[in-house]
Amino acid sequence: MGEFIEIRDLSKHFPVKDQSASFSALNPFSSRHALLRAVDGVSFFIRKGETLGLVGESGCGKSTVARCLLRLLEPTRGEIFFESKDLTGLKGEGLRLLRKFIQMIFQDPMASLNPRLSVRQVLEEPLRLYERATVQEREGRVLEVLEQVGLDRELLSRFPHELSGGQRQRVNIARAIATRPKFVVLDEPTSALDVSLRAKIVLLLEELKSALSTTYLFISHDLSTVKYLSDRVAVMYLGTIVEIAEAHELFRHPLHPYTRALLSAIPIPDPEVKRDRIILVGEIPSPTRIPRGCRLRGRCPIAKPLCSEEIRLREAGSGHWVACHMPGTS
Amino acid sequence: MSAPLLHIEDLTVHFHTDEGIVEAVDGIQLLVPSGEIVGVVGESGSGKSVTALSILRLIRKPGRIIQGTILFDGRNLLDLSEEEMRPLRGSHISMIFQSPRTSLNPVLSAGWQIERLIRLHKKEKAKGAREQTVQMIRQVGIPSPERIYHEYPHQLSGGMCQRIMIAMALATNPKLLIADEPTTGLDVSIAAQILDLLQEMGRRTGATILLITHDLGVVAGYCDRVAVMHAGQVVESASVKKLFRQPLHPYTMKLIHSVPRVDVDRIMETIPGNVPGLIHPPQGCRFADRCQWVMEICRKTRPPVQTLDGDHLVACYHIGNS
Repeated sequence: MGEFIEIRDLSKHFPVKDQSASFSALNPFSSRHALLRAVDGVSFFIRKGETLGLVGESGCGKSTVARCLLRLLEPTRGEIFFESKDLTGLKGEGLRLLRKFIQMIFQDPMASLNPRLSVRQVLEEPLRLYERATVQEREGRVLEVLEQVGLDRELLSRFPHELSGGQRQRVNIARAIATRPKFVVLDEPTSALDVSLRAKIVLLLEELKSALSTTYLFISHDLSTVKYLSDRVAVMYLGTIVEIAEAHELFRHPLHPYTRALLSAIPIPDPEVKRDRIILVGEIPSPTRIPRGCRLRGRCPIAKPLCSEEIRLREAGSGHWVACHMPGTS
Repeated sequence: MSAPLLHIEDLTVHFHTDEGIVEAVDGIQLLVPSGEIVGVVGESGSGKSVTALSILRLIRKPGRIIQGTILFDGRNLLDLSEEEMRPLRGSHISMIFQSPRTSLNPVLSAGWQIERLIRLHKKEKAKGAREQTVQMIRQVGIPSPERIYHEYPHQLSGGMCQRIMIAMALATNPKLLIADEPTTGLDVSIAAQILDLLQEMGRRTGATILLITHDLGVVAGYCDRVAVMHAGQVVESASVKKLFRQPLHPYTMKLIHSVPRVDVDRIMETIPGNVPGLIHPPQGCRFADRCQWVMEICRKTRPPVQTLDGDHLVACYHIGNS
């Protein structure tokens, strides 16, 4: 207890139509529904001032975790503590105030800006909503964040469609930091950007974190960027965390076969580095039909009969947790 | 280096828009040796996709190929009539696109889309074409091909759709396969599977592959040669080994150092400035405003392409000086 952010046994399930039962689609009175277990029993903590990287492939539940954290989605089960306060029961004014301290930056810089608001309006909105600031204070703060993200004042009267991709993402970042949040969730903030732009945004995020002494949850499928920005990294697969460790430890000594496979699949920009590829057979199973026991079982190169038994995260070394019956074997 | 299957010389493509003429591709040179995988790497707007579409002569209005030659198998594609061009597309040169789901026809089954192509280009009869289709689906690593034959694109995952696209592109035994960002939007492990498959299928069918990507990691892992594009120009091209060991153009150097790596710890650098606009682009070197070694001449005239070390091509004034 007493960690800055702590998530305990978080689950988010969605009822969906069972696609395998094709007849039920024809019968509106049929009750054949499947449960899509997007997030299934996830626990982790984030220390104050640190960046936790959350990685995994599409559909693993990483964005759902983020949305539950901000209460944009109601968790099915579990608790979320922010500075020792449980957020799951918050309503009305309490919830509104929460969003002053917890902000989010989204993946698509165009889709996450209202096309009918100018840059000035975009940046003033959080200040109007969460801080009862005077017009002068607001103006001062808008200019301050604009400078912090490296944008020119001339852009204040522009609309999103008049900005370049990089400028748009900077506006998104400026909006998120306008209320001086204590915690920022970054959901794939660099995925839609080009190589040279991505480098600039990554460095900006790094710089802002120390300038604002805030805490990040950095969600991405881009492991190279996650490695660069994060202090610790959690790897998700099919709704659960399979491994969590200090970033340098995780990248140097991955223990879970999924982490190893994921790392070995990343192309390295150096033709002279030759690595052994660890191939996972097939594709990720549907989260409506999650295998019993270890979820990687059907695709894992080292699966044994033992793997059909349930497995939870266990500490394999100092601060290095892994959910595998045979961690580190290959 | 074997004889070139594709040789592009001085290709220029302009788009006539309301704002002015966009000089999307500006006098590029590209050599694709037979049987190799050649990468074209660059950021968005660098002209890599326009180059690919020019090879197939698929540039539509307001775009226009202004000048240049595209020698494919000894013939200049730009001299051919539309009637002569059409049978080449899909049979001698085929292409796979970035988003497999939107490139497949949603109302035709996956198998039929391939079979149609085999019937059209190889003049196969129904039975033979069906067998070849199933064979092709099996070759791209899809389990139970007979079942997948009848599935529609929306029933398949993104990775599966891309496998179908590859099967379709290679069904007619093309000499050249153009893959335009074939793994963008796919997850890392699926992307790796698709690239492995492309490489293997290239070897097996003898097809030459032009691989367009923004990812230097993909170039390093899969290509034999590479051309680096910046703002509509090829600034450097070389064998992959040479390019990574000894990049010569300042843009290439910066690009290599601006990508974070999972295998080593290092400081990430950024490339100063932005890609210049392509309406009235700078008249000299288009990288001049972003270059740390910029000289007076760089802003005046475009640097000529120099050949070093046999097959290492670079367009930079700084090289001759140092």
